[in-house]
Amino acid sequence: MSKIRKSIYTAILAVIIIALMFFLEANKFRFGMAYTVIQKGLILSVVAVSMNLVTGFTGLFSLGQAGFMAIGAYVTAIFLIPADGMAEVYYISGVNPSIMSFKYWLESGPAWVQSMYPILALILGGLVAAVFAAIIGFPVLRLKSDYLAIATLGFSEIVRAIISSPQLDTITNGSYGLKKIPGFDSLFETFAIMAVCVLLMVLLLRSTYGRAFRAIREDEVAAEAMGINLSRHKQMSFIIGSFFSAVSGGMLAMFMRSIDSKTFSVSLTYDILLIVVIGGIGSVTGSVIASLLVTASKEWWLRFFDAPLYIGNFQVPLFRTGFRMVIFSVILLLVVLFYQRGIMGKNEFSWDRLSLRVRKLLGGRKRGAKNAR
Amino acid sequence: MTITTLFQHILTGISLGGAYALIAIGYTMVYGILRLINFAHGDIFMMAGYFMIFSMATLPWQIAIPLVCILTVALGVAVERAAYKPLRSAPRMSIMISAIGASYLIQNLATYLFTALPKAYPEIPFLKKILHIGSISSSLVTFITPVLTILLVLALMFLIHHTKVGMAMRAVSKDFETAQLMGIKLNNTISYTFVIGSLLAAIGSILYFTDRMSVTPFSGTLPGLKCFIAAVLGGIGNIPGAMVGGFIIGICETFLVAFGYSTFSDAFTFILLIIILLFRPTGLFGEKMTDKV
Repeated sequence: MSKIRKSIYTAILAVIIIALMFFLEANKFRFGMAYTVIQKGLILSVVAVSMNLVTGFTGLFSLGQAGFMAIGAYVTAIFLIPADGMAEVYYISGVNPSIMSFKYWLESGPAWVQSMYPILALILGGLVAAVFAAIIGFPVLRLKSDYLAIATLGFSEIVRAIISSPQLDTITNGSYGLKKIPGFDSLFETFAIMAVCVLLMVLLLRSTYGRAFRAIREDEVAAEAMGINLSRHKQMSFIIGSFFSAVSGGMLAMFMRSIDSKTFSVSLTYDILLIVVIGGIGSVTGSVIASLLVTASKEWWLRFFDAPLYIGNFQVPLFRTGFRMVIFSVILLLVVLFYQRGIMGKNEFSWDRLSLRVRKLLGGRKRGAKNAR
Repeated sequence: MTITTLFQHILTGISLGGAYALIAIGYTMVYGILRLINFAHGDIFMMAGYFMIFSMATLPWQIAIPLVCILTVALGVAVERAAYKPLRSAPRMSIMISAIGASYLIQNLATYLFTALPKAYPEIPFLKKILHIGSISSSLVTFITPVLTILLVLALMFLIHHTKVGMAMRAVSKDFETAQLMGIKLNNTISYTFVIGSLLAAIGSILYFTDRMSVTPFSGTLPGLKCFIAAVLGGIGNIPGAMVGGFIIGICETFLVAFGYSTFSDAFTFILLIIILLFRPTGLFGEKMTDKV
């Protein structure tokens, strides 16, 4: 396919996406489900790509995403809850005075700075998580595959336990969680933040650092022999991945408007792992596509699994609350067992590949029709 | 803290540690043979709790306990056959993801079948009898657990060192391929490992939940992770080591809770894991392992 044609297609796709967003923004209430699902899918795609960066591209099997998301979410939430709503949120044990004075200082800033606060909050959340990642990464990244998985999983549980502990009641509101978090203004805002995050990660992966990450994934010893500093690159990938996980956690807090420590349990990490596996371990576009698809099917298309289903007067016995999640875990297992490359494998989206696929599909159908005759 | 409360805490800790030890053995055996963290092991342990609830609803405990053991073993072997066997030669990460998938499936299945609300664990009357020794008083299960654990470990050691199945297990854990060349049936041996691990998990779950009164679909996750750490602490692949690790973690946890740091008792276990892996990756009793390139 010629270059011009490809860029025309890309432009058309971009126009379609923008038009779709305009349409959804205008008809927010009529298509409420699609609106929420796309928004959540965009948010999860940030953390899915970041998990892919660490797990798929660098080969570090880290299961700490939920913990970093929790850090990002809590920092963002505390930053953004309006100062006069704080007393109502922390109605049980009161607010820590230094947080309160910080909030008053924030609200005294000029208006144009205040309009930047959501972005600043997300970045601050990411930075805090990155500091934590640097601290735990130093000992943890020396571990090999499954030990690393258990240690990071443990870290994420520790974060959750500390957030909900009564000692931190005045900061994180303990087990009551935070509410009244201001949300996104529009779908564009969500999309723009997501696009910037993913773009930054793609640029990183295309740089020499990204190539070094892939070399480490393929063969650590060979990579080291070629002069790649293993611990520095692993540390870097882990810290950057954690930063973006936390940004995604902050976005999730803004999306959900209220969070508590239970939101960030191990099953959140497993959900993201499901997205990464289905999208293809080692494919950024795969992760983005899969997070939209998985979120849509989970929250919307497959909802019917959870509701009682009647055919005539007969109630189908399996359909009730929780069945959806059973189906999802079966899908994860089936993909791992029988279709390990997921949607995209290690490839990225390209028009050439798509046209090849389409042509194959059409050709196959024609031949099939001939045979049928 | 008086001497009596001190002893009381030690006793509780040893009892908790005994249950942990039984679960940790399951991890250590599977890791020893497959080099795989059986993420689903904690959930198999949790399902054993549910099996007990439902069998005790209609049956007397004398029949219920063997039934629970059989069901748990069946579940453990089924997980191995469905999720691990097809991936014997796959890259390590796929096997790990498959293990996580199995754990996720069992949890979601339990939520679906039994709802996420805690279900009351049945009382086995004779285990709950209160005993008094000197000034210490506790239910019988607290006294039985450590004794039973040690007996089971002795029996297991005998099995591994003095029977043919045990010899096959040792061979497979040393070298997959050579063992196969020697005529050892790989899949059978691995299944036996899962049988033993799940059986011990079932017994451990009876002892663990009798003291805790209720089961939820997520009550296997944290004990599972802790028991894996116990296995690492004792030296992975080493059965008496896993027992000692279980006891150490049980006692430490009980004391942390007694001093009022219950929120941090979980955190402590993971910090312990990181410290062990950094300073003594082979655990307390593990053999020295060399990495092959």
